Amino acid sequence: MQSAATTGIQEPEIRLTQGRDGAHTVALSGAWDIRALRARAAELGRALGRQARAASWDLTGIQRLDHIGALLIWRAWDKRRPAALALRSEHDALFSRLGAVPEASAPRARPDLLEPLRALGDFGAALAGGGLEIVRLLGQVALDALGVLRDPVRGPWREISAGVYRAGAQALGITALVGFLIGVVLSYLSAEQLKDFGANAFVINIVGIGVVRELGPMLTAILVAGRSGSAITAQLGVMRVTEELDALAVMGIPLSMRLVFPKVAALAVALPLLVLWTDAIALAGGMVSAKWQLGIAYRTFVESLPAAVPIANYWIGLGKGAAFGVLIALIACHFGLRIEPNTESLGAGTTRSVVAAITVVIIVDAIVAVIFSGVGMGLR
Amino acid sequence: MKALIEIEGLWTTFGDNVVHRDLNLSVAQGEVLALVGGSGSGKTTLLRQMLGLEHPARGTVRVFGIPLHEVPIAQLRRLRKRWGVLFQEGALYSALSVFDNVALPLREMRCFDEGFVRDMVMLKLAMVDIEARHAGKMPAELSGGMVKRIALARALALEPELLFLDEPTAGLDPDRSESFVRLVTELRRELKLTVVMVTHDLDTLVAAANRIAVLAEQRVLVTGTLSEVVAAKHPFIVNFFLGERGLRALAGLRPMASGGVAGIPPT
Repeated sequence: MQSAATTGIQEPEIRLTQGRDGAHTVALSGAWDIRALRARAAELGRALGRQARAASWDLTGIQRLDHIGALLIWRAWDKRRPAALALRSEHDALFSRLGAVPEASAPRARPDLLEPLRALGDFGAALAGGGLEIVRLLGQVALDALGVLRDPVRGPWREISAGVYRAGAQALGITALVGFLIGVVLSYLSAEQLKDFGANAFVINIVGIGVVRELGPMLTAILVAGRSGSAITAQLGVMRVTEELDALAVMGIPLSMRLVFPKVAALAVALPLLVLWTDAIALAGGMVSAKWQLGIAYRTFVESLPAAVPIANYWIGLGKGAAFGVLIALIACHFGLRIEPNTESLGAGTTRSVVAAITVVIIVDAIVAVIFSGVGMGLR
Repeated sequence: MKALIEIEGLWTTFGDNVVHRDLNLSVAQGEVLALVGGSGSGKTTLLRQMLGLEHPARGTVRVFGIPLHEVPIAQLRRLRKRWGVLFQEGALYSALSVFDNVALPLREMRCFDEGFVRDMVMLKLAMVDIEARHAGKMPAELSGGMVKRIALARALALEPELLFLDEPTAGLDPDRSESFVRLVTELRRELKLTVVMVTHDLDTLVAAANRIAVLAEQRVLVTGTLSEVVAAKHPFIVNFFLGERGLRALAGLRPMASGGVAGIPPT
């Protein structure tokens, strides 16, 4: 980089001279560009401001001037040329350009006192509208499913299979890890309590029912909502940003059939399978912990499971898995399709999609628990 | 003339595909250099290498005398404050309004008060013919041409000494293209701005560039003024400049040159 000394360019300077008639002239010299001003902009701005009343300005000493320097001086002049002004011809254009900028106040939002109320209303409307949209999407997917059943050859099988692989097969590792640890913890905590009552054998009931009926489907659904739900939303959102959705639409290809239905179908298939897998691993974790804490043999654990956990619990768990899969995919697609073409919306939409999916999964789980409260409880 | 950008012995490879083979190019201070070439000839890649966004396989790129790919990141950052870049699609920050997009580099300097920033943004917007009422809009609400002009205002925010333009007039209507060319020419005169632009637009090329570098056959085939470039009878150049479109644009430049351009008989 060239230094100021070698090129003969001097630091910006303000000098005050008094003419014979007593009038002050402000003379500026040196370099008045961003490189020279960046460190001293505020200080020079104030110094210029003090000379604002001077009637006569001499800018011929300025060696370099750019818009930054010109604006600094222009602001000191209160945005009009002083009565007496001497400047180099090549600098004239900069001030002409500044003079041509129409005076307009910067865009500023007025404070809105009713904002909280409005936000609450917007939230309620968005919730209701979103629910309606999701029901409509579900109806569309059901119609698509009927269409595929009527004409199976034209079904999007490749997309469904890819979806099952991505949401199911690739999630085996993480669901196994989480399932195993939860099984161990559940079994360990129950064993601590049961030991005091001498009710060791009931650990099998607690772990069995707990995992198969509640924890297995729930954990899997939450993991899939985080993994696959966010991926679906982000994918559709980026397709919106890159206009791929519009490209599909103008080719006359129905979005729901090509994009939504395969994802819903894939999760409806993959999630129950993942639930089975998570159940098995979590039970294994519980088994290890029971053996370690209470000395219950693996064989005893396995043999008492069918009696402790009626098969109805499995059906409830699998049914919940399928329902959660459909819900997660629908919510993810809903938020994905509503993303606007900007980065902010993409981030916010993905977050909302995951939060909504997990919330809905827990709400539906609670509803199912109430409806099926009399089913599959072995000990009565 | 001092060279602002010097590229020496530059190789770019994507796998087995050699894009640039021992490429040399220099850009002198104060000139407007246009890079032209067929699609896939590596114009945009070369531009990104001049910006330090991509690493060449071999060779050096010096900007303001600093070898971009060998200096620590802090020095590169300081260097990057001295140039402005207009990306092909504008690359406005979609989460920020038009005003905030242009204000961002000024605020990042942390040495100007908010009133100054506001006046500066309004000046830059006025320079690219954007009315003040658009300042509060978000980039998603704007047409492609407006995005491009606002991106130019943002590129000019820090009074760059060097301006990189990637397809600056693609997507602008002819009227705007002309005022764009006028703006670049004015800025070059007033601020001694150096401009490197990649363009396909012959009208812009003819009106704004005072030197042209033709990229073909993995190297810079020829550099020079329009007539020097046209005199090199390479198939690409003949196609590009002396096709029907090219001749129309050149004829517009020199209506007096009857019968041919720069000594080349009409086809």
